[in-house]
Amino acid sequence: MYGLVHRALQCFAQDIYGEDIWEKVVVEAELPFHEYEAMLPYPDHHLDDALTSLSNLLERSPAQVAEDVGTYLVTHERMETVRRLLRFGGTTYVEFILSLEDVHDRVKLALPDLELPRFEVEVHSETSFSVVLDWSRQGFGEVLLGVLRAMADDYGTLVMLEVGRSFRSGEVLEVVKVELFEVDFTTGREFGLIAGGTAS
Amino acid sequence: MRREQPTEPSTRYIPFDEDVLGTLMPMHLHISPTGHILSVGPTLAKLKPDQSLIGQRFLEVFEVKRPLNIDSFGDLLEHEGCVIRTRFRQGDRLGMKGLFVPLTQQSVMLPDRREEGGSAPVLRPLLRDHPGSVRGATRGALINLSLGVNVVEAVQRYKLSSADFAPADPTVDMLYLIEAKSVALEESKRLNMRLEGARDEAEAQAYTDTLTNLQNRRSMDAMLYQLLRSDQPFGLMHLDLDYFKQVNDTFGHAAGDHVLRHVAGVLQDETRVGDLVARVGGDEFVLIIRGCVDLSVLGGIAWRIISRLEEPITYGDDLCQISASIGTTLSSFYDRPVADQMLNDADRALYSSKDQGRARHTVFDPKQFSALG
Repeated sequence: MYGLVHRALQCFAQDIYGEDIWEKVVVEAELPFHEYEAMLPYPDHHLDDALTSLSNLLERSPAQVAEDVGTYLVTHERMETVRRLLRFGGTTYVEFILSLEDVHDRVKLALPDLELPRFEVEVHSETSFSVVLDWSRQGFGEVLLGVLRAMADDYGTLVMLEVGRSFRSGEVLEVVKVELFEVDFTTGREFGLIAGGTAS
Repeated sequence: MRREQPTEPSTRYIPFDEDVLGTLMPMHLHISPTGHILSVGPTLAKLKPDQSLIGQRFLEVFEVKRPLNIDSFGDLLEHEGCVIRTRFRQGDRLGMKGLFVPLTQQSVMLPDRREEGGSAPVLRPLLRDHPGSVRGATRGALINLSLGVNVVEAVQRYKLSSADFAPADPTVDMLYLIEAKSVALEESKRLNMRLEGARDEAEAQAYTDTLTNLQNRRSMDAMLYQLLRSDQPFGLMHLDLDYFKQVNDTFGHAAGDHVLRHVAGVLQDETRVGDLVARVGGDEFVLIIRGCVDLSVLGGIAWRIISRLEEPITYGDDLCQISASIGTTLSSFYDRPVADQMLNDADRALYSSKDQGRARHTVFDPKQFSALG
């Protein structure tokens, strides 16, 4: 998998908990590097090992840490790109949720080798959705939960989110349920189609 | 419920609400037969925020670059459907391109409920053509414009959002891709810079002795090769420390390392920047003095080095005492100097120094050594 994913976890640990924690993770997870390069491939198991070590060090469950990583991806200034690319999904939170189905293909266009889950959005009502994750790996549901929670703040929408499981033709898929309460809860953050596009 | 209508052109007429047209084509212009703007798509209108385009003459607001030679709206209508390249005559002159389509006279469609049995109304043309009206006479024109690659600039300047582009228009996807690709490219550039830095460092390390920061054997080989190739004269000195083993054995390796670094400093002090000082073994050094085949100069350097190295070196509370033996040869001794032979001869001169009781400098003598060898 692309180092982009490993690096996200590394930056999360460094930015939120400090350099020392990341150094401990590197030692405990027996990672061969201190720094991941975004554009180089690395083994998948590094990611699991690092997440396990980080959770142990923080005395939190991997699910909790994964959710915080999702929130971090959207809210931290170092990850502004992620937020911006997600905001391309639509002008409202509902449009954004529906656009999750395009994320996989969009990312493929930009980075053909980056493996991300395929999202399928089930619409139950105007305010109720399920985002089904189709991926060979488990554990991304919590990251998505964190992302969706932070994006709701970004759009100024009040939502309730929950991670569950769905059984489909013998497979267990992760599902994030989305319930909208108030679309214009707060004003949300600004977004322009061009980064820094405030030229007069 | 939809009925097959005879394929008369009039039955294909699609009645459009202006708003619907605006949603379908946010950058359109509807122009009257006289060349006046009747309606403007909402996104196009945003590009002229301080004035309304409606009611103005199309050609007074827009400069048409293609087709060529358009002086009146009539000229344009004569082209029938065609690609149009245009820009505003005033203000922000963003280039735009699009399709120009003349509209022909058609009958307006009206719902007709005169069908049998309360079924849904059917759209029928309202036949109002009176004798003498010409079929196909113009009803003006429709232009659908696009910003092309100027969209990036326009989005920035007029703060356009994804709502300003038709859902079927891939512009927003294009902007997404531009941004995602730029990010990926930036990351790649950063990676390249880091790799370049690492390569420089590795290269420097490959030619450096990491303990003393002197050059190493590889670096010495490279310089000898270069000097011999370009036929430049030089003096080659081979230096071996005396009593270094005792320092190591008595005071430990850390003291030995300290002494080696001190020696490196002395050797660098006594040579010029362009000369080479290489550590080629544990306590062996090679000096290449470029452009110098003057034995009195080289002898001076050798004796200065020996006398400075014989000064006791402080390491903590200990005093380390060493000396050095040196063997020298000159490129001018040979008709065709060869690196291996010169190194060998300097080495023989060095061992001659050692044999004579150390702390000495011996110059290789071709006659004497060739007699021996």
